Amino acid sequence: MIAVIDLFSVLLLIAGAVFFLAGTLGLLRFPDVYTRLHALTKADNVGLGLIIAGLALQAESWAVAGKLVLIWLLVLLAGASVSYLVANGALKRGIRPWKS
Amino acid sequence: MTLLAWGFDGLLLLGLLGLAWKALNSTDLFSAIALFIAFGLLMALVWVRLEAPDIALAEAAIGAGLSGALLLAALARLRGMEGNVTSNTGVEEAPNNIDARLVQWLSAILLLPVLFGLVYGVLSLPGNAVGLSAEINANLAASGVSNPVTAVLLNFRAYDTLLEVFVLLLALIAIWSMGSIQFNRSIETIGKTSLETTSSVLDTLVYLLVPVLMMVAAYLLWVGAHAPGGAFQAGSVLAAACVLLLLAGWPLHRLLTAMRLRLLAVAGPVVFVSMAAYSLIAEGALLQFPPEHAGTLILLLETVAALSIAVTLAALFSGGQGQHE
Repeated sequence: MIAVIDLFSVLLLIAGAVFFLAGTLGLLRFPDVYTRLHALTKADNVGLGLIIAGLALQAESWAVAGKLVLIWLLVLLAGASVSYLVANGALKRGIRPWKS
Repeated sequence: MTLLAWGFDGLLLLGLLGLAWKALNSTDLFSAIALFIAFGLLMALVWVRLEAPDIALAEAAIGAGLSGALLLAALARLRGMEGNVTSNTGVEEAPNNIDARLVQWLSAILLLPVLFGLVYGVLSLPGNAVGLSAEINANLAASGVSNPVTAVLLNFRAYDTLLEVFVLLLALIAIWSMGSIQFNRSIETIGKTSLETTSSVLDTLVYLLVPVLMMVAAYLLWVGAHAPGGAFQAGSVLAAACVLLLLAGWPLHRLLTAMRLRLLAVAGPVVFVSMAAYSLIAEGALLQFPPEHAGTLILLLETVAALSIAVTLAALFSGGQGQHE
Protein backbone atom coordinates (compact mmCIF):
# COMPACT_ATOMS: atom_id res chain seq x y z
CA MET A 1 0.00 0.00 0.00
CA ILE A 2 2.83 2.34 0.96
CA ALA A 3 4.42 1.87 -2.42
CA VAL A 4 1.24 2.90 -4.25
CA ILE A 5 1.08 6.15 -2.25
CA ASP A 6 4.74 6.80 -3.01
CA LEU A 7 4.11 6.21 -6.70
CA PHE A 8 1.23 8.71 -6.69
CA SER A 9 3.43 11.18 -4.87
CA VAL A 10 6.21 10.86 -7.41
CA LEU A 11 3.79 11.22 -10.32
CA LEU A 12 2.21 14.35 -8.83
CA LEU A 13 5.60 15.90 -8.04
CA ILE A 14 6.89 15.24 -11.54
CA ALA A 15 3.72 16.66 -13.08
CA GLY A 16 4.12 19.74 -10.87
CA ALA A 17 7.76 20.12 -11.92
CA VAL A 18 6.69 19.94 -15.58
CA PHE A 19 4.27 22.82 -15.00
CA PHE A 20 7.00 24.85 -13.29
CA LEU A 21 9.40 24.13 -16.15
CA ALA A 22 6.80 25.15 -18.74
CA GLY A 23 5.94 28.28 -16.75
CA THR A 24 9.58 29.31 -16.49
CA LEU A 25 10.10 28.63 -20.19
CA GLY A 26 7.08 30.80 -20.95
CA LEU A 27 8.34 33.56 -18.67
CA LEU A 28 11.64 33.60 -20.51
CA ARG A 29 10.39 33.11 -24.07
CA PHE A 30 6.97 34.75 -24.39
CA PRO A 31 6.86 38.13 -26.15
CA ASP A 32 5.12 40.51 -23.74
CA VAL A 33 4.08 41.02 -20.14
CA TYR A 34 0.56 39.60 -20.58
CA THR A 35 1.56 36.30 -22.15
CA ARG A 36 4.37 35.96 -19.60
CA LEU A 37 1.89 36.43 -16.75
CA HIS A 38 -0.29 33.79 -18.38
CA ALA A 39 2.61 31.34 -18.36
CA LEU A 40 3.64 32.24 -14.83
CA THR A 41 0.21 31.74 -13.28
CA LYS A 42 0.11 28.17 -14.63
CA ALA A 43 3.27 27.37 -12.70
CA ASP A 44 2.03 29.12 -9.57
CA ASN A 45 -1.48 27.72 -9.52
CA VAL A 46 -1.43 24.26 -11.08
CA GLY A 47 2.26 23.46 -10.63
CA LEU A 48 2.29 24.35 -6.96
CA GLY A 49 -1.07 22.61 -6.49
CA LEU A 50 0.31 19.36 -7.90
CA ILE A 51 3.47 19.63 -5.78
CA ILE A 52 1.42 20.33 -2.66
CA ALA A 53 -0.79 17.32 -3.47
CA GLY A 54 2.30 15.16 -3.88
CA LEU A 55 3.75 16.38 -0.59
CA ALA A 56 0.43 16.14 1.26
CA LEU A 57 0.32 12.41 0.44
CA GLN A 58 3.60 12.08 2.37
CA ALA A 59 2.46 14.24 5.29
CA GLU A 60 2.61 12.70 8.76
CA SER A 61 -0.76 14.03 9.88
CA TRP A 62 -3.89 15.75 8.63
CA ALA A 63 -2.70 18.96 10.31
CA VAL A 64 0.46 19.04 8.19
CA ALA A 65 -1.52 18.30 5.03
CA GLY A 66 -3.94 21.08 5.98
CA LYS A 67 -1.07 23.54 6.40
CA LEU A 68 0.27 22.60 2.98
CA VAL A 69 -3.14 23.19 1.40
CA LEU A 70 -3.36 26.51 3.25
CA ILE A 71 -0.04 27.57 1.73
CA TRP A 72 -1.40 26.71 -1.71
CA LEU A 73 -4.57 28.73 -1.13
CA LEU A 74 -2.57 31.75 0.04
CA VAL A 75 -0.30 31.55 -3.00
CA LEU A 76 -3.39 31.25 -5.24
CA LEU A 77 -4.85 34.37 -3.66
CA ALA A 78 -1.65 36.40 -3.83
CA GLY A 79 -0.68 35.13 -7.30
CA ALA A 80 -4.04 35.85 -8.88
CA SER A 81 -4.31 39.33 -7.34
CA VAL A 82 -0.74 40.33 -8.15
CA SER A 83 -1.07 39.08 -11.74
CA TYR A 84 -4.19 41.20 -12.14
CA LEU A 85 -2.42 44.23 -10.66
CA VAL A 86 0.64 43.80 -12.87
CA ALA A 87 -1.47 43.33 -16.01
CA ASN A 88 -3.73 46.23 -15.13
CA GLY A 89 -0.75 48.45 -14.37
CA ALA A 90 0.81 47.54 -17.71
CA LEU A 91 -2.45 48.32 -19.54
CA LYS A 92 -2.68 51.68 -17.76
CA ARG A 93 0.82 52.55 -18.86
CA GLY A 94 -0.23 51.91 -22.42
CA ILE A 95 1.60 48.66 -23.06
CA ARG A 96 -0.30 47.04 -25.93
CA PRO A 97 -0.99 43.31 -25.85
CA TRP A 98 1.22 41.46 -28.31
CA LYS A 99 -0.33 40.44 -31.65
CA SER A 100 1.45 37.80 -33.74
CA MET B 1 20.73 10.49 -0.62
CA THR B 2 23.89 12.36 0.35
CA LEU B 3 24.66 12.80 -3.36
CA LEU B 4 21.27 14.45 -3.81
CA ALA B 5 21.93 16.73 -0.83
CA TRP B 6 25.37 17.64 -2.17
CA GLY B 7 23.90 18.38 -5.57
CA PHE B 8 21.17 20.55 -4.07
CA ASP B 9 23.63 22.46 -1.87
CA GLY B 10 25.98 22.93 -4.82
CA LEU B 11 23.17 24.32 -7.00
CA LEU B 12 22.09 26.57 -4.13
CA LEU B 13 25.63 27.90 -3.68
CA LEU B 14 26.13 28.50 -7.41
CA GLY B 15 22.74 30.19 -7.67
CA LEU B 16 23.57 32.40 -4.69
CA LEU B 17 26.93 33.46 -6.09
CA GLY B 18 25.47 33.98 -9.56
CA LEU B 19 22.60 36.10 -8.24
CA ALA B 20 24.96 38.16 -6.06
CA TRP B 21 27.24 38.81 -9.00
CA LYS B 22 24.36 39.73 -11.32
CA ALA B 23 22.74 41.96 -8.70
CA LEU B 24 25.98 43.88 -8.14
CA ASN B 25 26.83 44.01 -11.82
CA SER B 26 23.43 44.96 -13.19
CA THR B 27 23.20 48.52 -14.49
CA ASP B 28 19.41 48.55 -14.37
CA LEU B 29 18.46 49.28 -10.79
CA PHE B 30 15.08 47.56 -11.08
CA SER B 31 16.58 44.24 -12.16
CA ALA B 32 19.26 44.62 -9.50
CA ILE B 33 16.50 44.82 -6.88
CA ALA B 34 14.61 41.88 -8.38
CA LEU B 35 17.85 39.86 -8.27
CA PHE B 36 18.46 40.95 -4.69
CA ILE B 37 15.00 39.69 -3.68
CA ALA B 38 15.69 36.36 -5.36
CA PHE B 39 19.05 36.31 -3.54
CA GLY B 40 17.21 36.78 -0.23
CA LEU B 41 14.89 33.86 -0.98
CA LEU B 42 17.80 31.56 -1.83
CA MET B 43 19.58 32.77 1.29
CA ALA B 44 16.55 31.74 3.35
CA LEU B 45 16.82 28.27 1.77
CA VAL B 46 20.51 28.18 2.72
CA TRP B 47 19.59 28.86 6.34
CA VAL B 48 17.03 26.05 6.15
CA ARG B 49 19.79 23.75 4.87
CA LEU B 50 22.02 24.88 7.75
CA GLU B 51 19.17 23.85 10.09
CA ALA B 52 18.64 27.40 11.34
CA PRO B 53 14.90 27.88 10.76
CA ASP B 54 14.80 30.97 13.00
CA ILE B 55 17.22 32.83 10.76
CA ALA B 56 15.54 31.41 7.66
CA LEU B 57 12.22 32.92 8.76
CA ALA B 58 13.84 36.28 9.49
CA GLU B 59 15.75 36.24 6.20
CA ALA B 60 12.64 35.41 4.17
CA ALA B 61 10.55 38.09 5.90
CA ILE B 62 13.14 40.88 6.21
CA GLY B 63 15.89 40.04 3.72
CA ALA B 64 13.66 39.07 0.82
CA GLY B 65 10.32 40.66 1.67
CA LEU B 66 10.68 43.99 3.46
CA SER B 67 14.12 44.96 2.14
CA GLY B 68 12.81 44.35 -1.36
CA ALA B 69 9.77 46.54 -0.74
CA LEU B 70 12.03 49.19 0.82
CA LEU B 71 14.37 49.20 -2.17
CA LEU B 72 11.52 49.30 -4.68
CA ALA B 73 9.94 52.22 -2.82
CA ALA B 74 13.28 54.04 -2.82
CA LEU B 75 13.65 53.39 -6.54
CA ALA B 76 10.14 54.70 -7.24
CA ARG B 77 11.02 57.91 -5.37
CA LEU B 78 14.38 58.24 -7.10
CA ARG B 79 12.65 58.03 -10.46
CA GLY B 80 10.05 60.52 -9.30
CA MET B 81 12.88 62.93 -8.42
CA GLU B 82 14.77 62.44 -11.65
CA GLY B 83 11.66 63.11 -13.68
CA ASN B 84 13.21 60.96 -16.37
CA VAL B 85 12.11 57.37 -16.00
CA THR B 86 14.69 55.82 -18.27
CA SER B 87 17.93 57.30 -16.93
CA ASN B 88 18.55 55.09 -13.96
CA THR B 89 21.95 53.70 -14.71
CA GLY B 90 24.19 55.92 -12.62
CA VAL B 91 27.43 54.08 -13.27
CA GLU B 92 27.35 54.40 -17.03
CA GLU B 93 26.82 58.13 -17.24
CA ALA B 94 29.75 59.85 -18.89
CA PRO B 95 30.67 62.84 -16.66
CA ASN B 96 31.31 60.89 -13.48
CA ASN B 97 32.65 57.78 -15.16
CA ILE B 98 36.14 58.25 -13.75
CA ASP B 99 34.78 59.01 -10.30
CA ALA B 100 32.74 55.82 -10.36
CA ARG B 101 35.83 53.81 -11.35
CA LEU B 102 37.81 55.41 -8.58
CA VAL B 103 35.11 54.60 -6.04
CA GLN B 104 34.97 51.01 -7.26
CA TRP B 105 38.73 50.54 -6.98
CA LEU B 106 38.92 52.30 -3.64
CA SER B 107 36.15 50.19 -2.16
CA ALA B 108 37.77 47.06 -3.58
CA ILE B 109 41.08 47.99 -1.94
CA LEU B 110 39.37 48.83 1.34
CA LEU B 111 37.42 45.56 1.28
CA LEU B 112 40.55 43.44 0.75
CA PRO B 113 41.65 43.57 4.43
CA VAL B 114 38.11 42.58 5.42
CA LEU B 115 38.32 39.61 3.07
CA PHE B 116 41.70 38.57 4.47
CA GLY B 117 40.41 39.02 8.00
CA LEU B 118 37.41 36.80 7.26
CA VAL B 119 39.55 34.13 5.60
CA TYR B 120 41.98 34.25 8.52
CA GLY B 121 39.09 34.04 10.96
CA VAL B 122 37.62 30.99 9.24
CA LEU B 123 41.00 29.28 8.93
CA SER B 124 41.90 29.91 12.56
CA LEU B 125 38.70 28.34 13.89
CA PRO B 126 39.42 25.39 16.13
CA GLY B 127 38.93 22.16 14.20
CA ASN B 128 36.73 20.45 16.75
CA ALA B 129 34.70 23.30 18.24
CA VAL B 130 32.00 22.02 20.55
CA GLY B 131 30.11 25.29 20.72
CA LEU B 132 27.94 26.34 23.60
CA SER B 133 24.92 24.15 22.92
CA ALA B 134 25.67 21.82 25.84
CA GLU B 135 25.85 24.72 28.27
CA ILE B 136 22.70 26.28 26.83
CA ASN B 137 20.76 23.03 27.09
CA ALA B 138 21.95 22.61 30.67
CA ASN B 139 20.60 26.04 31.61
CA LEU B 140 17.51 25.99 29.40
CA ALA B 141 15.21 25.24 32.34
CA ALA B 142 16.19 28.50 34.03
CA SER B 143 15.57 30.62 30.94
CA GLY B 144 11.78 30.46 31.00
CA VAL B 145 11.49 29.21 27.40
CA SER B 146 12.19 25.88 25.73
CA ASN B 147 13.45 27.16 22.37
CA PRO B 148 17.25 27.47 22.77
CA VAL B 149 17.44 30.28 20.17
CA THR B 150 14.92 32.40 22.08
CA ALA B 151 16.67 31.53 25.35
CA VAL B 152 19.93 32.95 23.96
CA LEU B 153 18.38 35.99 22.28
CA LEU B 154 16.06 37.09 25.08
CA ASN B 155 17.77 35.80 28.20
CA PHE B 156 21.39 34.65 28.12
CA ARG B 157 22.51 37.35 25.71
CA ALA B 158 19.53 39.66 25.83
CA TYR B 159 21.77 42.73 25.55
CA ASP B 160 22.51 41.74 21.93
CA THR B 161 18.81 41.97 21.17
CA LEU B 162 18.61 45.20 23.17
CA LEU B 163 21.25 46.72 20.91
CA GLU B 164 19.52 45.38 17.77
CA VAL B 165 16.27 47.05 18.77
CA PHE B 166 18.17 50.31 19.19
CA VAL B 167 19.83 49.92 15.79
CA LEU B 168 16.36 49.84 14.22
CA LEU B 169 15.30 52.95 16.12
CA LEU B 170 18.52 54.68 15.06
CA ALA B 171 17.81 53.84 11.41
CA LEU B 172 14.37 55.37 11.71
CA ILE B 173 15.75 58.55 13.31
CA ALA B 174 18.40 58.78 10.59
CA ILE B 175 15.78 58.53 7.85
CA TRP B 176 13.48 61.02 9.56
CA SER B 177 16.35 63.46 9.97
CA MET B 178 16.78 63.59 6.20
CA GLY B 179 13.52 65.34 5.59
CA SER B 180 9.88 65.22 6.44
CA ILE B 181 7.38 63.56 4.21
CA GLN B 182 3.97 62.81 5.56
CA PHE B 183 3.23 59.20 6.32
CA ASN B 184 0.43 58.83 3.81
CA ARG B 185 1.59 61.44 1.31
CA SER B 186 4.84 59.57 0.78
CA ILE B 187 2.97 56.47 -0.30
CA GLU B 188 0.90 58.29 -2.87
CA THR B 189 4.05 59.08 -4.81
CA ILE B 190 4.84 55.38 -4.99
CA GLY B 191 1.47 53.91 -5.73
CA LYS B 192 -0.23 56.61 -7.70
CA THR B 193 0.64 55.50 -11.19
CA SER B 194 -0.61 51.95 -11.18
CA LEU B 195 -2.57 51.19 -8.04
CA GLU B 196 -4.89 54.14 -7.85
CA THR B 197 -8.03 52.92 -9.52
CA THR B 198 -7.58 49.15 -9.27
CA SER B 199 -8.92 49.11 -5.79
CA SER B 200 -11.48 46.30 -5.80
CA VAL B 201 -9.04 43.43 -6.38
CA LEU B 202 -6.43 45.00 -4.14
CA ASP B 203 -9.00 45.69 -1.44
CA THR B 204 -10.19 42.08 -1.49
CA LEU B 205 -6.60 40.93 -1.19
CA VAL B 206 -6.09 43.26 1.77
CA TYR B 207 -9.34 42.14 3.40
CA LEU B 208 -8.28 38.51 3.18
CA LEU B 209 -4.53 38.78 3.77
CA VAL B 210 -4.17 41.32 6.56
CA PRO B 211 -6.10 39.28 9.17
CA VAL B 212 -4.09 36.20 8.17
CA LEU B 213 -0.84 38.17 8.50
CA MET B 214 -1.87 39.45 11.93
CA MET B 215 -2.69 35.94 13.06
CA VAL B 216 0.62 34.62 11.71
CA ALA B 217 2.46 37.41 13.55
CA ALA B 218 0.71 36.56 16.81
CA TYR B 219 1.43 32.87 16.27
CA LEU B 220 5.12 33.51 15.56
CA LEU B 221 5.36 35.63 18.69
CA TRP B 222 3.72 33.00 20.86
CA VAL B 223 5.45 29.97 19.35
CA GLY B 224 8.87 31.63 19.78
CA ALA B 225 8.99 30.31 23.34
CA HIS B 226 9.30 26.70 22.22
CA ALA B 227 9.84 26.62 18.43
CA PRO B 228 11.35 28.84 15.70
CA GLY B 229 9.75 32.28 15.79
CA GLY B 230 10.01 35.38 17.92
CA ALA B 231 9.83 39.13 18.02
CA PHE B 232 11.75 39.93 14.85
CA GLN B 233 9.85 37.42 12.71
CA ALA B 234 6.50 38.45 14.14
CA GLY B 235 7.36 42.15 13.81
CA SER B 236 8.37 41.81 10.19
CA VAL B 237 5.19 39.91 9.28
CA LEU B 238 3.14 42.62 10.97
CA ALA B 239 5.17 45.24 9.13
CA ALA B 240 4.37 43.45 5.87
CA ALA B 241 0.68 43.83 6.70
CA CYS B 242 1.25 47.57 7.27
CA VAL B 243 3.09 47.87 3.94
CA LEU B 244 0.20 46.12 2.19
CA LEU B 245 -2.28 48.51 3.82
CA LEU B 246 -0.17 51.53 2.87
CA LEU B 247 0.18 50.38 -0.74
CA ALA B 248 -3.55 49.76 -1.01
CA GLY B 249 -4.11 53.33 0.12
CA TRP B 250 -5.78 52.53 3.43
CA PRO B 251 -5.80 55.47 5.85
CA LEU B 252 -3.24 53.92 8.18
CA HIS B 253 -2.02 57.40 9.06
CA ARG B 254 -5.23 58.01 10.97
CA LEU B 255 -4.43 55.09 13.23
CA LEU B 256 -0.71 55.83 13.41
CA THR B 257 -0.69 59.54 14.11
CA ALA B 258 2.63 61.26 14.66
CA MET B 259 2.48 60.81 18.42
CA ARG B 260 1.31 57.18 18.36
CA LEU B 261 3.93 56.31 15.74
CA ARG B 262 6.69 57.73 17.91
CA LEU B 263 5.37 56.13 21.09
CA LEU B 264 5.10 52.71 19.45
CA ALA B 265 8.54 53.01 17.88
CA VAL B 266 10.24 53.77 21.21
CA ALA B 267 8.07 51.40 23.30
CA GLY B 268 10.30 48.37 22.63
CA PRO B 269 13.62 50.07 23.41
CA VAL B 270 12.13 51.81 26.48
CA VAL B 271 10.66 48.60 27.95
CA PHE B 272 13.92 46.78 27.21
CA VAL B 273 16.06 49.43 28.90
CA SER B 274 13.79 49.78 31.92
CA MET B 275 13.80 46.01 32.36
CA ALA B 276 17.59 46.04 32.10
CA ALA B 277 17.83 48.82 34.69
CA TYR B 278 15.40 47.06 37.02
CA SER B 279 17.25 43.75 36.80
CA LEU B 280 20.54 45.58 37.39
CA ILE B 281 19.18 47.00 40.64
CA ALA B 282 17.05 44.08 41.81
CA GLU B 283 19.07 41.10 40.61
CA GLY B 284 22.50 42.66 40.47
CA ALA B 285 23.12 41.87 36.80
CA LEU B 286 22.03 43.43 33.52
CA LEU B 287 18.95 41.70 32.05
CA GLN B 288 19.12 38.79 34.44
CA PHE B 289 15.60 37.50 34.89
CA PRO B 290 14.48 35.52 37.94
CA PRO B 291 13.84 32.00 36.55
CA GLU B 292 10.31 31.75 37.92
CA HIS B 293 9.17 34.87 36.04
CA ALA B 294 11.51 34.61 33.05
CA GLY B 295 8.90 33.13 30.70
CA THR B 296 6.37 35.89 31.34
CA LEU B 297 8.98 38.64 31.17
CA ILE B 298 10.33 37.32 27.86
CA LEU B 299 6.85 37.17 26.35
CA LEU B 300 6.16 40.73 27.50
CA LEU B 301 9.48 41.95 26.11
CA GLU B 302 8.92 40.16 22.81
CA THR B 303 5.38 41.48 22.41
CA VAL B 304 6.40 45.11 22.90
CA ALA B 305 9.53 44.63 20.81
CA ALA B 306 7.52 43.04 17.98
CA LEU B 307 5.11 45.99 17.91
CA SER B 308 8.01 48.45 17.85
CA ILE B 309 9.79 46.49 15.14
CA ALA B 310 6.62 46.35 13.01
CA VAL B 311 5.91 50.07 13.32
CA THR B 312 9.57 50.98 12.75
CA LEU B 313 9.85 48.83 9.64
CA ALA B 314 6.58 50.18 8.24
CA ALA B 315 7.77 53.74 8.91
CA LEU B 316 11.10 52.96 7.25
CA PHE B 317 9.15 51.79 4.20
CA SER B 318 6.95 54.85 4.08
CA GLY B 319 9.74 57.26 5.03
CA GLY B 320 7.08 59.46 6.58
CA GLN B 321 6.79 60.77 10.11
CA GLY B 322 3.05 60.60 10.65
CA GLN B 323 0.54 63.40 10.74
CA HIS B 324 -0.03 65.68 13.67
CA GLU B 325 -3.60 65.68 14.80
